[in-house]
Amino acid sequence: MDYTYYPGCSLESAHSSYNDSVKKVFNHLDCNLFELEDWNCCGATSYMSVKETVGFAISARNLALAEKHKRDLVAPCSSCYTILKKTHNYMKELPELHEKINECLKEGGLSYNLSIQVRHPLDVLINDIGIEKIKEKAKYNLKGLKIANYYGCQIVRPDKGFDDREEPMTMDNLFDSIGAENVYFPMKVKCCGGMLMTTFEDVALKLSKEIIECAVIKGADCIVTTCPLCQMNLEAYQNEINKAYDTKYNMPILFFTQVLGLAFGFSDKELGIDKNLTDRIKINGALMHQ
Amino acid sequence: MKIVDIKEPGKLSWKEADLRESFLRQLEVVPNSEKIKSCIQCGTCTGSCPVSYAMDISPREVIALFRAGDLETLLHSKTIWVCASCYACQTRCPSLIKVTDIMYALKRLAMEKKIYPPNFPVYSLSKTFVNIMNRYGRLHEPLFLVFFLMKTNPFKLFSFMPLGLRMAKRKRIAYFPSKIKNLDSLKRIIKKAEQMDLPQTKEEAQYMKDTVGYSAVDKEIIFEPTKN
Repeated sequence: MDYTYYPGCSLESAHSSYNDSVKKVFNHLDCNLFELEDWNCCGATSYMSVKETVGFAISARNLALAEKHKRDLVAPCSSCYTILKKTHNYMKELPELHEKINECLKEGGLSYNLSIQVRHPLDVLINDIGIEKIKEKAKYNLKGLKIANYYGCQIVRPDKGFDDREEPMTMDNLFDSIGAENVYFPMKVKCCGGMLMTTFEDVALKLSKEIIECAVIKGADCIVTTCPLCQMNLEAYQNEINKAYDTKYNMPILFFTQVLGLAFGFSDKELGIDKNLTDRIKINGALMHQ
Repeated sequence: MKIVDIKEPGKLSWKEADLRESFLRQLEVVPNSEKIKSCIQCGTCTGSCPVSYAMDISPREVIALFRAGDLETLLHSKTIWVCASCYACQTRCPSLIKVTDIMYALKRLAMEKKIYPPNFPVYSLSKTFVNIMNRYGRLHEPLFLVFFLMKTNPFKLFSFMPLGLRMAKRKRIAYFPSKIKNLDSLKRIIKKAEQMDLPQTKEEAQYMKDTVGYSAVDKEIIFEPTKN
């Protein structure tokens, strides 16, 4: 299976571990990811809230570039995924907007005809590759590893995508199939604060703290996420949270592809787990003998 | 809250009418934005919002104030900037109102009308983002953070040093921004789109019919008294 791959800006620097692990996992499952040539930033929420037409236009440039290859576009960053998908959907729903954006794209010698799909790696893993194949390819059983599955906001909302908006289960099913234990985690789609960490830090710290707190109470060994910004807020700001709330959290925050990669037998270095700021996850059971 | 002229109920002040027109223009890019009329004031949005505790006007009240014809109070609120755009409200709204998109529209309107404190973080954040985007076509996070803090709170740069060092130690900082090859084409697209974002002529701008709230009172006959 072939896909066009859109890494996004944050996977180029602070979250190169996500980039590496997605590529490793997909490669292991005989899937080819072709990086989109000359992609630009999707605009994220910052652009959408300043100038919407420009926000749609720059995001549509990526869609137009990807359309040439006639493959689905895979975007691992939740923000990129949401923005690209939103652009596609809104252009589909509003013919006037479609026309307007295409007029802009024409200036750059491009046009977008709504013929491709924007997909998240999690969606591809479950719905295209399938749990059976993942099970087959897994080298280790993750028995004993307690996971808090944190989906974040932007992968399941606002539009109904590949999973439920209130109680998504794809990641739970995925880890269930390779033997891990999913703890009951009611915060799975709660907001971590996102960009508020730079603007209203106290608000974002409170939201992030509640997520980590819940995982600690439920006895999770790690929080597994799909979003670079969630990973950043929960991991890099854990010290700040500890300072502000007088707590002693040291919760590892991993990308779902990193945990999956561990089950496939990749090393910490190959998956970028050595780049994490918190302690390595304590894995008991089968993986311990690795 | 500013009360609309009591002597002439149903008439909006010129300032409010202007804001309303711009707001409705902002809503044009949102599919099904007319659903804002079907709000039942149930408060599901406020209940679902993870940051409503930090807001001065709750999401439910945002819709109510729009209906009452008081966009000005809304634009001066903290609410529109605190929204983390997690879309919880939008997903749960029983009337299918796109609450988050309405927040975006209000943000854009406040920026268009320049209603925000000087060196306001959210505005500076977006501006810095846009500047870096225009220069490289991609976002370079370290540069973004440095520029943003220089603009808003230079002293905070020092408090970011430990985190920066920890990140650098784990090889998580890319020191040089990557630039896209065809930046010219992107710039042309942005330029064209920017022209479209400018307010078009008044007649063109008014294609979304305003039938909500105060301004609609003198247009529609709601109740006709029976003749005796």
